[in-house]
Amino acid sequence: MTEEASLSPEIVLAEIKKNGVTHVVWLPDSETNWLYTLMKAEPSLTLVTVPREGLAFSCASGIHIGGGKPVILIQNTGLMEAGDSMRGWTKDMNIPVVLIVGYRGYTRHGVNKDTAATYTEPFLHAFHVPFYLVENSEDAPRISIAFADAQRTRQPAAILVGDEYHGFNR
Amino acid sequence: MLKMDDVLKAFQPHRGDAIVISGRATRQWEKISTQRERDLPLGDPAMGGHASFALGLALAQPHRKIVLFDSEGDIQMNLGVLAMIAEQKPKNFYHLLLDNECYATTGGQPVPNAKTMAYDVIAKGCGYPSAHAFTNLESFTVSIGRILSEPGPVMVAVKIVPEIENVPIGQRTPRSKRTRNEALADLRKTLGVNN
Repeated sequence: MTEEASLSPEIVLAEIKKNGVTHVVWLPDSETNWLYTLMKAEPSLTLVTVPREGLAFSCASGIHIGGGKPVILIQNTGLMEAGDSMRGWTKDMNIPVVLIVGYRGYTRHGVNKDTAATYTEPFLHAFHVPFYLVENSEDAPRISIAFADAQRTRQPAAILVGDEYHGFNR
Repeated sequence: MLKMDDVLKAFQPHRGDAIVISGRATRQWEKISTQRERDLPLGDPAMGGHASFALGLALAQPHRKIVLFDSEGDIQMNLGVLAMIAEQKPKNFYHLLLDNECYATTGGQPVPNAKTMAYDVIAKGCGYPSAHAFTNLESFTVSIGRILSEPGPVMVAVKIVPEIENVPIGQRTPRSKRTRNEALADLRKTLGVNN
């Protein structure tokens, strides 16, 4: 993949804003710092940093019940850690929240050296969470599809950001 | 140690129009509360998440007072939530920690280091601007009104007598008379939220 085909954090932020997000509940990973810098400068967003990913799901649930529109921004490793929170605080409570998940270890060719990538899609299938792969800026409209999915089903929907070593990390 | 009923009865006159997330005190609180539409009995969606849920609600409803009846077993599962709450500084968030030193719903086994944990000290160390601890009813009764007028986030750690449940879950009376979805719908109607 060339640099030109990478995922621009500005485009991700534009998708977040376009979908009316009020709160970004997140735990930083090494590849999202440029997105963090942009989000921090965006006055329409409140950033809520969690110390463990499970807390992102309960916090997002509270934000939604209170009338806000959260998005959860975490890495696949933390997503797997947070399975029971996702089940109890979002799926069982019918919370329409989008998860933007860093797909650590993802390779287009499927030869994984990182089990974080190996188990990510089976994990989402097990919890019946639909997901869309976003590898570059041309894929970014899939983020809006995920928001529409979540709203229609009143359930979580995920974006897997398969661009770990490119656009998010300039 | 205080009896949970006594704590809740002492709190009730000072509730105002606060939203109350009743946690593991739901069964007792429903007998005392006079504003069911502002109560949120969530049951146990996933243990350890009530405080961050309450934070989310407080952030989304910054002009309404949010009171959480939390438990020490829940908070020990995610102590980092105290730092998360302190960082957000929700002025409308009141964190009442009902500490019975055990997992009462599983038969009363002690939580880790049950006797010596100081949750007010931990909260203060995490950055809560105000934290209190109570081991007798008189002090709690005299203080709770003033505490609820302080800007949040406030930690109120109260030692309570355990009310141990030791029958199979399927044979227990539900904590709330409403289902979770009914309670959520009632609250959202009260808040005028329709997202």
